[in-house]
Amino acid sequence: MTCLPPHTDKKLGLVIDLDTCVGCHACVTACKGWNDQGYGAPLSDQTPYGVEASGTFLNRVHSYAVQPDDLPAQTINFPRSCLHCEDAPCVTVCPTGASYKRAEDGIVLVNEEACIGCGLCAWACPYGAREMDLAAGVMKKCTLCVDRIYNEELPEEDRQPACVRTCPTGARHFGDLGDPESAVSRLVAEREGYALMPEMGTKPVNRYLPPRSKDRPEEASLLAPLLDIKAAGLAGWLDRVLGKLP
Amino acid sequence: MNPAPSVIVFTVLSGMGFGFLALLGLFGVQGWLGFFFWGTGFGLAVAGLVASTFHLGNPQRALRAFTQWRTSWLSREGWAAVITLGLLAPQALSDWLGLGWGRGFGIAGAVGCGVTVVCTGMIYAQLKTVPRWHHWTTPAVFLAFALAGGLILSGVRGLAVIALCLLGVLMAVQWFGGAGRFARAGVTMESATGLGRIGRVAVFEQPHTGGNYLMREMIFTVGRRHAERVRMIAMVSGGLLPVVALVFVPGVAGIGLAAVTHLLGAFAHRWLFFAEAEHVVGLYYGRR
Amino acid sequence: MGQPKVETSPKVSDEVRKTTCYMCACRCGINVHLTSGKVTYIEGNRDHPVNKGVLCAKGASGIMQVTAPSRLRAPLRRVGPRGSGAFEEISWDEALETAVSWLKPLREEAPEKLAFFTGRDQSQSFTGWWAQAFGTPNYAAHGGFCSVNMAAAGIYTIGGAFWEFGQPDWAHTRLFVLFGVAEDHDSNPIKIGIGKLKARGAKVIGVNPVRTGYNAVADEWVGITPGTDGLLILSLVHCLLEAGKIDLDYLARWTNAPLLVNGTEGPEKGLILKNAESQPFVIDKRTGMPAPWDGAGVQPDLGAVWQGHRTVFQHMAERYLSEDYAPEAVAARCGVPAGRIRALAAEMARVAFDEAFELPVAWTDFRGDRHEGMTGRPVSFHAMRGISAHSNGFQTARALHLLQILLGTVEVPGGYRLKPPYPKPVEAHPTPHFVAAPGKPLSGPHLGYVRGPENLALKEDGTPWRIDKGFTWENPFSAHGLMHMVIPNAHAGDPYKVDTLFLYMANMSWNSSMNTARVMEMLTDKGDDGEYVIPRIIYSDAYASEMVAYADLILPDTTYLERHDCISLLDRPISEPDAAGDAIRWPVVEPDRDVRGFQSVLLDLGVRLGLPGMVKEDGSAKFRDYADYIVNHIRRPGVGPLIGFRGAEGDKEGRGEANPDQLARYIANGGFYQAHVPEGAAYMKPWNAAYQDWAVATSFYESPQPYLFSIWSEPMRKFQLAAEGHGFLQPPDHLRERLKVAMDPLPVWYPPFGDEAGAAFPVHAITQRPMAMYHSWGSQNAWLRQIHGKNYLYVPTAIWEGQGFAEGDYARVTSPDGEIVVPVAHMAALNADTVWTWNAIGKRRGAWALDEGAAEANQGFLLNHLISEVLPGVGRVSNSDPVTGQAAWFDLRVRVERVGPRDVAEPVFPVLPRVVPKGRARR
Ligand SMILES: Nc1nc2c(c(=O)[nH]1)N[C@H]1C(S)=C(S)[C@@H](COP(=O)(O)OP(=O)(O)OC[C@H]3O[C@@H](n4cnc5c(=O)[nH]c(N)nc54)[C@H](O)[C@@H]3O)O[C@H]1N2
Ligand SMILES: Nc1nc2c(c(=O)[nH]1)N[C@H]1C(S)=C(S)[C@@H](COP(=O)(O)OP(=O)(O)OC[C@H]3O[C@@H](n4cnc5c(=O)[nH]c(N)nc54)[C@H](O)[C@@H]3O)O[C@H]1N2
Ligand code: SF4
Ligand code: SF4
Ligand code: SF4
Ligand code: SF4
Ligand code: SF4
Ligand SMILES: [Mo]
Repeated sequence: MTCLPPHTDKKLGLVIDLDTCVGCHACVTACKGWNDQGYGAPLSDQTPYGVEASGTFLNRVHSYAVQPDDLPAQTINFPRSCLHCEDAPCVTVCPTGASYKRAEDGIVLVNEEACIGCGLCAWACPYGAREMDLAAGVMKKCTLCVDRIYNEELPEEDRQPACVRTCPTGARHFGDLGDPESAVSRLVAEREGYALMPEMGTKPVNRYLPPRSKDRPEEASLLAPLLDIKAAGLAGWLDRVLGKLP
Repeated sequence: MNPAPSVIVFTVLSGMGFGFLALLGLFGVQGWLGFFFWGTGFGLAVAGLVASTFHLGNPQRALRAFTQWRTSWLSREGWAAVITLGLLAPQALSDWLGLGWGRGFGIAGAVGCGVTVVCTGMIYAQLKTVPRWHHWTTPAVFLAFALAGGLILSGVRGLAVIALCLLGVLMAVQWFGGAGRFARAGVTMESATGLGRIGRVAVFEQPHTGGNYLMREMIFTVGRRHAERVRMIAMVSGGLLPVVALVFVPGVAGIGLAAVTHLLGAFAHRWLFFAEAEHVVGLYYGRR
Repeated sequence: MGQPKVETSPKVSDEVRKTTCYMCACRCGINVHLTSGKVTYIEGNRDHPVNKGVLCAKGASGIMQVTAPSRLRAPLRRVGPRGSGAFEEISWDEALETAVSWLKPLREEAPEKLAFFTGRDQSQSFTGWWAQAFGTPNYAAHGGFCSVNMAAAGIYTIGGAFWEFGQPDWAHTRLFVLFGVAEDHDSNPIKIGIGKLKARGAKVIGVNPVRTGYNAVADEWVGITPGTDGLLILSLVHCLLEAGKIDLDYLARWTNAPLLVNGTEGPEKGLILKNAESQPFVIDKRTGMPAPWDGAGVQPDLGAVWQGHRTVFQHMAERYLSEDYAPEAVAARCGVPAGRIRALAAEMARVAFDEAFELPVAWTDFRGDRHEGMTGRPVSFHAMRGISAHSNGFQTARALHLLQILLGTVEVPGGYRLKPPYPKPVEAHPTPHFVAAPGKPLSGPHLGYVRGPENLALKEDGTPWRIDKGFTWENPFSAHGLMHMVIPNAHAGDPYKVDTLFLYMANMSWNSSMNTARVMEMLTDKGDDGEYVIPRIIYSDAYASEMVAYADLILPDTTYLERHDCISLLDRPISEPDAAGDAIRWPVVEPDRDVRGFQSVLLDLGVRLGLPGMVKEDGSAKFRDYADYIVNHIRRPGVGPLIGFRGAEGDKEGRGEANPDQLARYIANGGFYQAHVPEGAAYMKPWNAAYQDWAVATSFYESPQPYLFSIWSEPMRKFQLAAEGHGFLQPPDHLRERLKVAMDPLPVWYPPFGDEAGAAFPVHAITQRPMAMYHSWGSQNAWLRQIHGKNYLYVPTAIWEGQGFAEGDYARVTSPDGEIVVPVAHMAALNADTVWTWNAIGKRRGAWALDEGAAEANQGFLLNHLISEVLPGVGRVSNSDPVTGQAAWFDLRVRVERVGPRDVAEPVFPVLPRVVPKGRARR
């Protein structure tokens, strides 16, 4: 199964708006919560109350300091999960076929029944999207909530990834990036969404919307004083100001 | 990358084992000495392969690793190893018991040994994500180690010395070429995040204050400051000392000494091969 | 091999139960999924007005809170010395009888000997009612150390505050300016709102020394120097006045700008001029003659001078037109260039006036004038503790409200909108009640809004009635009390000693106290008689917090999924500008330990003590438990804790008799209820006749209460007059000068008291709320503690480079009152004179069922050790805002020095003995 499908009917993925993400980590724990009881083995934590608590997460939110040349530094929050690449190296390196890309929608999944936990796919992924679950010994990754988006047990409006559903700012969008008419594709076109590390040749499906330019006060002129109030004093000012009333 | 003992043992032992097996396949050693030699070769190769399963989260499913030979170098390596061992088994039997089956199996097996070692190298060399590995020198050095190790064990002093020299040169090429390869690959925090369009990117906060699998596995920075020393050990112990032993210490002692020092050097090389390798995911963490 | 078949429609759970989140005070609706009776998944409730389906990181981790190994298991009685952690488990009967044996004599002899203070729980109308029945004046919740400056400045100025009591008109606003907010109580609504603005491409400006979170996504960042917002805001006011960019019509109609200020020297000077009926009046432009402020058709004249008395408008203009407020005069102090200040003012004016719009909603005001539309001014503001947790925070918040008023952006489309039951002016709030008498309840609620010195909680001899010295000359408008002063005052016996300290849900021996190390000593100090200085401490917590070890009797609470709670309009509801709302929690799972919901326990105690309102004539319990109270308690005729489904049929809203099915109806409705503001009443609420009528019908007040926004605050002027020597009630001399400054009836800026630390402590040190952690109690959460397991002191570039810091380094941070040694990290997007850290990540070793070696306890740290609870000088004056008693957490000044790499932060305290076993596996 590690051959990539020559073509996928859809390219389902996420669009993440870096102009809007406040770095609240809601998507991180919503993802953990859903996937702890959903697809495959639970997402374990090692020594959760101990010195080095550490566990499996499928989505993590970084925070960067970005320093432009001539403006104040910025802080940019940056959620990172699987990008469901079209040329997914994590799939082709897998010796067991556990790692595969679905032909119907392009979702990259791990078949945990088949995974031997060799870790090679995680090595092959440039984006750090795969984490080995130390309790189950199998590779975990974002499933694009495949067990939600088609789930007939869920109301229609809930058939979207847990992280998208929970994101308080609406910075995460889900849809078919293969369809140029989809809402996500239009958003990407409008806001010049980009792919991460194109030089890796993975052709990610997910897109990031860049932060809008910041800290450039509008060209609006400064407020001009009404009149030389120093000369006219309060009385003059009152006169001018109140004269404006009908 | 985290220099996990299992993969170090795997690549070092199986490399040496397949190197030795290739020579045995080609030239053969008969009788009980052959039994001992073949046994050593098989032992090293198999021990290495077994060690590799310690790296697995679910080793009981290891057989599944044979299914994806069309795309996966790991799967190919598995096949190559098994086929090679299978081809060499009758040859070993014949050599030991003097059955006189000719060298057909041995020659085919020798080719298989080469293929196996190249596959092992390709597991790493294929990874664009680790620019230092993503280069022809990776399988080349693996091959050179296999050849040199095999020749030492075979006791062919002259050729072994030549192979060791070649290995030394290749290691040097690997190290010098590898040093700047990450930078040359053009991946930066700016491209990883796409934020370079705004300005210089640095980490403000890590996503978790706790560690995680990625950081443990791919962002191994602990031993790097010893790199220079380990490199020296690998060069001296893996190449120079065996040469000295082979040239100046006569008899089995010389061979033994050469083999042991070479093996130590190989371990040092392999430790560094992993420890020094920087995965591009480190960019997201501002560390490599 | 083909592609594996994936089960894409797994059943999520057996059952969904809808209740209210408790991981913070935002109170989002949650769907709790149960499988085989166990909680297996929690998601947001889409129908809920607060969160509309979304959840934050804490809310989505609630499951780890409910299963935390730190949960207390049974009532505990201290057996060893206090703080030693030696407890024995006892039965509930024993626990309650012990409490009664302590409390009963107090009530009979001196009820004030009980000090009952609660943390950020959400049942203050209930706990306050209990304390009132007990008869102690010593009750308050956490507001005093939290954000009472915000609350009080809002009430005294516009009749409603920031916190979660109002919000920008997210649908219409085009410029949103955020002052000093990291997260706030209304955290999900703010995030949802910012998301809406971003989707529309509206502009967000963040004024904050630190650029993270909301400020990180802001289109413009103003990296202000802490404590100077008031100055910046008044400079913006200066610019707007100078340019005449103010909403005169709004000022004339809806504010006290046209009222006349008494100009006669003497005891009336500066008070609002009243007519013979003691009513303020205006000069009617049509006639040039005095007219009632609310008279039909009256057109108030802002420029009037009458018998030498000038309008508030003129006083205001005169003050802020002064060059003292010119951008050039304040720029250096604020750390914001003058051009930037002018540009900000220009931007606000442009959006408010050039982008004004009209909503075609007809309405009638209190003067009987009919308006065909509502003018929208799409500039909105929000502010929280960044401005309020300073000793000049009250006046700064007033200044911000003034700015909003001048732009005409409060209660208008596109501006800042209050949520019912607000707006509610000072006059509609009670005054404080505090007179204790043996065996008697208090005559009214403890907390209220002071109108003048006559309302202060002072005894005949001028000493405070309250242990926290609330409502005294030190902090006249302390509408939420001063929880941070309770332990220090009780320890000092100033103003008197108490016998029993009863705390609920507040981690007072750790992150919620100033001067934490000393507070731990105060809790364990003994007098000459060998008795503890604070003789008895009862505490209710749900978890093994730092505070547990310092109590004598522990009443273990349930977790939030295991009990009833009531989020009531009587205290902190979940309203929206368009709807009043309240909610409940209910036991979606049963506790598996010997714990009880604290409110039910409190009722039980009330019955055992025979408290009025809690017992029937025959002394038996009036309410079975808290659930019964929620349904059947009657505050005023027809008014109870919940407004929904009242009346025998459950069809009454706001007012109506108790409905036995009320809770079932709430549960069926998703755990909440909303009473919708009628169309046409949604804006201009303080003056909108339709809104006023609806508010009366829905029980917020008994009669319509239209009012004018207070640019000039008369209650403040009364205190200033007293400080100037007028009147019978006089402040002590050491407070006179500061009262004159702080009680200015017009917004004013003065340097925060922290500045007095002087040049040796040049750096401001502040904290921020991490979005993924709730004070101390998120650290027991297996998921959240991986995100914030330790904290760093973030240092700006100049200090980082100046001290030669490198990764892994620690710094010694010294304030006038203490010293800590903590890990540092570099941050460029930070005010150059400021360092900061995430709040309350640091933990005491051994607490919260964590390993002693936990990062929280070894590298994590608190700034609290550096903050003194009293100011230097005479009289143990608290380190608080002089108007409200708001704890001045962010006044802190420090010096930062590199000490090189270390592994452990200082101070190091001994390991806290465990009251629950160390946590191991996750479930
Ligand atoms: N340096 C600095 N210090 C600060 C602040 C700051 O900004 N900087 N902020 C201040 C502010 S605004 C506040 S509000 C305080 C907050 O301080 P606290 O109110 O003390 O906050 P928490 O740490 O949340 O402690 C509340 C306690 O309630 C317990 N608890 C949790 N759930 C339950 C429950 O269901 N029932 C019961 N009975 N108990 C429960 C927790 O275990 C914990 O012990 O901190 C203040 N301290
Ligand atoms: N996730 C989460 N949410 C919470 C809480 C929590 O612990 N965790 N706690 C709840 C509680 S009790 C409260 S009171 C609220 C508080 O909510 P916030 O008011 O948002 O409280 P803080 O995090 O203290 O934020 C203060 C902000 O003001 C900034 N600041 C400090 N000094 C100044 C100044 O002088 N000027 C300006 N302009 N900014 C300044 C700080 O950098 C920080 O961003 O949050 C509530 N919500
Ligand atoms: S939930 Fe949304 S805003 Fe929060 S970190 Fe994730 S993407 Fe960003
Ligand atoms: S992001 Fe990584 S794991 Fe996901 S498809 Fe791409 S390479 Fe594979
Ligand atoms: S860890 Fe599992 S999914 Fe990944 S390459 Fe190995 S077998 Fe395939
Ligand atoms: S799509 Fe689902 S699995 Fe993927 S990050 Fe979001 S919540 Fe996690
Ligand atoms: S903001 Fe988060 S923690 Fe607070 S109530 Fe809402 S979901 Fe719960
Ligand atoms: Mo607070």
